[in-house]
Amino acid sequence: MGRAKLPRKSTNIDMTAMCDVAFLLLSFFILTTKFKPAEAVEVNIPSSVAAKVAPEKDIVLVSIDKDGKVFLSIDDEGQKEIIANAINTTKNLNLNVTAFKQAKFFGSSFAQLPQYLAIPEDNRKANALGGIPAKDSTNNEMIEWMRYVQQAYLGKKMNLLLKGDNVAKYPAFKNVIDAFKKNDFLKFQMVTSPTSVPVGTDLWKNNQKGLTREEE
Amino acid sequence: MAEMDTSSQGGHKKGPGVKKSKKLSTRVDLTPMVDLGFLLITFFIFTTTMSQPTAMKLNLPKDTDNPEEQNKAKESGTLTLLLGSNNNVFYYEGVLAPDASNFKSSSFKEIREVITNKKSWVIQNMKESDFVVVIKPSDGCTYKNVVDILDEMSINVVKKYAMVDISDVEAKLVAITEGNPAK
Repeated sequence: MGRAKLPRKSTNIDMTAMCDVAFLLLSFFILTTKFKPAEAVEVNIPSSVAAKVAPEKDIVLVSIDKDGKVFLSIDDEGQKEIIANAINTTKNLNLNVTAFKQAKFFGSSFAQLPQYLAIPEDNRKANALGGIPAKDSTNNEMIEWMRYVQQAYLGKKMNLLLKGDNVAKYPAFKNVIDAFKKNDFLKFQMVTSPTSVPVGTDLWKNNQKGLTREEE
Repeated sequence: MAEMDTSSQGGHKKGPGVKKSKKLSTRVDLTPMVDLGFLLITFFIFTTTMSQPTAMKLNLPKDTDNPEEQNKAKESGTLTLLLGSNNNVFYYEGVLAPDASNFKSSSFKEIREVITNKKSWVIQNMKESDFVVVIKPSDGCTYKNVVDILDEMSINVVKKYAMVDISDVEAKLVAITEGNPAK
């Protein structure tokens, strides 16, 4: 007796649903990805156990690159305009305020600033610049920069960030914090990449107990 | 396999004289499209920056020239860390002896033990608030060293620490110990 012939099942799979899922995920990742903004100044940051996420708004960022050169960047264009005007009135440099507003970072002495702003935006390279002079006490322009910043942000909220390179030497760092201190910026934050707390240490024990860290 | 059936049933009628052409299948093979989709997904997953940079807070004391306003630390509760070049750390407890007999060398791996030992000793013999760590970075150390040592303070929950300029004697001592006394 012959068996009843089973109807042959098709091995076709409808890919449409899978395709839908794939593209849904794709659009999710595209929309959530925030590309790292092209770093004007290349800095390899050290790691720390600090858990607080670095602020992204109202920042005044001072970067120290691996050679100890100091750069300043400000995200708020309105404040940059105030600073540009302040520099123009006090230093008679005739800076191009629009170019100053668009500049992502500053890393030259005041005398070279008009020349730097004349360079087209895309061609501005941090390593071609000498950095803001901060070394000697006689011609410490970092202090002046911080004074302009302080005047521009008077009474407004700002986050002072310091981003130093791993191999930058301590004197460069010290010069910058001295410039901060001179202008009464006594609170600042250092940008670091997060690492986990080593097991067995006091901080780790506190975290296990659920104690919150004193970050202030 | 893996198609989308988009062939419509029954198209428009051809005229009487027109030869009925063979109907082409309009099925589209979606497999390459899925491949491409997942390829892009992998790309975006890998390029997404997962870890946002964190910020470490540091409050500076105001510089005072008046020595009476400066904070005094108790001698026996103090631990002074000197950061040398090439990731060397030196330390001494209390006040540096004139003959530098209590000047010891360490490294970033071992310094945690030094700090915890001193801390527990101070807690046993004195109050915890008497424990002060003085950090003296020399000119040869790097920014990473400074951040690491400040991080060590928060890892070991050191409540009082200060960053102080290195003195000439100490700088010389560090340079000699590191083997370049010419500096």
